[in-house]
Amino acid sequence: MNKKKIMVIATGGVLGLLSVYLVKVGNPANMGYCIACFLRDIAGGLGYHRADVVQYMRPEIFGLIAGAFVAALVTREHKSVGGSSPLTRFFLAFTGMIGMLVFLGCPVRAVLRLAGGDLNAGVGILGLIAGVFIGIQLLNRGFSLGRATSQSVVNGYIFPLTAIIFSFIILSGAAVFFTSKAGPGSMHAPVIISLVAGLVVGVLAQRSRFCMIGGIRDFILFKDTHLLLGFFALLIFALAGNLAVGAFKLGFAGQPIAHTDGVWNFLGMALAGTAATMLGGCPLRQIIAASEGNTDCAITIIGFIAGAAFAHNFGLAASPKGVSVAGQAATIIGIVLVLIVGFVGAYRTSTASGGVNLGQNG
Amino acid sequence: MDKTVDARGLLCPEPVLLTKKAIDSMQSGIVRVVVDNNAARENVTRLAENKGWRVEVAAEGNEFVLTLRK
Repeated sequence: MNKKKIMVIATGGVLGLLSVYLVKVGNPANMGYCIACFLRDIAGGLGYHRADVVQYMRPEIFGLIAGAFVAALVTREHKSVGGSSPLTRFFLAFTGMIGMLVFLGCPVRAVLRLAGGDLNAGVGILGLIAGVFIGIQLLNRGFSLGRATSQSVVNGYIFPLTAIIFSFIILSGAAVFFTSKAGPGSMHAPVIISLVAGLVVGVLAQRSRFCMIGGIRDFILFKDTHLLLGFFALLIFALAGNLAVGAFKLGFAGQPIAHTDGVWNFLGMALAGTAATMLGGCPLRQIIAASEGNTDCAITIIGFIAGAAFAHNFGLAASPKGVSVAGQAATIIGIVLVLIVGFVGAYRTSTASGGVNLGQNG
Repeated sequence: MDKTVDARGLLCPEPVLLTKKAIDSMQSGIVRVVVDNNAARENVTRLAENKGWRVEVAAEGNEFVLTLRK
């Protein structure tokens, strides 16, 4: 087995074990790591939404960014690039986030929930696979976000350095941000443990290009299992960890921070999967790329945060009680709008004349 | 017939899709793929090797030129 495969498996395995550990030391159940939930909590921590049970500046995210940033600097992979349809990316991220919050988790948490015995997550993962499949059809038709170009150096540093400044404010213990007194936002591992857990995964994910969406996508596209190994490593290691600490409970009903409405679990993740495939990767991968200096991916993260804030301000996000009518409507509208973008945004041109000139934007 | 795929500035999976389109229509020959990030370099290499092409990578400034042969 080559070194790159080992790195992908190591990333999934470490992510899985750390997730079990983070829950053990304070994070909400089956939410040791969840990029969507944590960005939602950060949106709350910054006061962008008023759901006072999900407000916390999750240090895992800031550690993740710092770890990936340092790894990219050391390996000279940090590069300031951008200009590839930033507003379309913002929109896809915004809409995809609503889908994830209807399901209650990003692709990483979907697998962690399954590893905790939550069978609703299995339904969500089927939706995710359906979404990736739709996304691939759109890409094959020619949907493209266009080319990014080099930008002046400062662009690529704004996102990671902002995150590092936030890390220091959080570490200082200064009561700057909103913090939940009750609910999932009040449940968290000690700051330093969360931050280190973020750093470790950030470094590993930067080196391995770990991506949940990429795993499903590459397998459907060309039967390549490279990234899928990370997906399964996450599942197996988290499952083993949950069994070891007695956190495994099989079933649909009464699962932590989850609801049993299969239709909306499926459709929420189908929306997320389609949007993420069009964006080129799962939320975790977007964070890593943004930390490597990709400003389009930084806009994507801002889109996720804005989408999460919108979802909580207007009652679109699900709760353990189920999905609101507004949340159901938002999911359907989201799917329709993302499909419209997917069809209208098809502007990759291909002219075969001796060679193929696959340029776009001139 | 030789082909060139210009995948500069594109994020995955687009470089892979463009390369796949190019090599799927060929039994043998040479395809040059130009990419500008490491993830694309690795993904295109993996695709090509899976499909039985030999891959040579040359770094040119900030770009990589992958030469696929079969």
